[in-house]
Amino acid sequence: MAAADFSRLIAAAADTIAAHAEELTALDQAIGDGDHGLNMKRGFEAVRAEADAFATKPLPEALKAVGTKLVMTVGGASGPLFGTLFMALGKDLSAVPDRNGLTAALGKAIEAVAARGKSQPGQKTMLDVLQPVYEALAQGQTAGEIADAADKAAEATVPMKALRGRASFLGERSIGHMDAGARSTALLVRAVAEAIEGN
Amino acid sequence: MSNVGIVIVSHSPLVAEGTADMVRQMVGDEVPLAWCGGNGHGGLGTSVEAIMDAIDKAWSEAGVAILVDLGGAETNSEMAVEMIGEPRSHRIVVCNAPIVEGAVMAATESSGGASLKEVVATAHELSPS
Repeated sequence: MAAADFSRLIAAAADTIAAHAEELTALDQAIGDGDHGLNMKRGFEAVRAEADAFATKPLPEALKAVGTKLVMTVGGASGPLFGTLFMALGKDLSAVPDRNGLTAALGKAIEAVAARGKSQPGQKTMLDVLQPVYEALAQGQTAGEIADAADKAAEATVPMKALRGRASFLGERSIGHMDAGARSTALLVRAVAEAIEGN
Repeated sequence: MSNVGIVIVSHSPLVAEGTADMVRQMVGDEVPLAWCGGNGHGGLGTSVEAIMDAIDKAWSEAGVAILVDLGGAETNSEMAVEMIGEPRSHRIVVCNAPIVEGAVMAATESSGGASLKEVVATAHELSPS
């Protein structure tokens, strides 16, 4: 991937998180501790600030650098979770991945996020978006279809009962609200899908 | 110092510091002790960087036991241990125990020269699962 393309992907990701920070915080306030939007924004702005330097590295190292930066700057459980997603993608992707390579790496990255959060799909978390995105990718869907699948998957967390994270303390009362991590994951998927499609 | 180190990680710096005060009252300076709390930006939360610094500060060849409050403190502590890496990571354990009771009990056990395994087991006894 050209350095300019990588910087553009990072900018698209940081833009969408910044644009939706208040919405993410509101979702997290409903069933969590209300810091998700601000934390994610701080993390992605820190990544944006160094995106050009990261972009000079080969793709795997660039993704690891993004993940490490998120871990160090987010300041909540989202830091290690989203950080692990990017670090694990960097670990398993080749420098110039094709769709099969990306699908395989995302599969491994989902396992790494699940291990980090001691969670699995169905528990009202970011995994509930990542897993359908992986399946859409594996089925050969277009970037637009994958982004739509991510949005639909985030919506599908609304009727779920939270079994992990702060929201799980609410038990049945977590039902009826979208999971903030699922929403931010869907936002990132759409931003990246649209940036790649625009190439 | 050869006694097991204790690290306290809370979302709130006040809780972390207060817990450390209670530990000190019990064991004085016999146990390496460090605490951290807050997201590093003035808000509630936990910071991987601050946890790594606290582990360094409380480091002991006998190992370090970490006591945490809520989920994010646990996830960030596990991430910090992973980033510290081998071989030290093998001698750091994130305990499954209530933060205040766990820290005081673990430190008391450590002050008697117990091993990391014994210190962690003492903390875990507080969380029957």
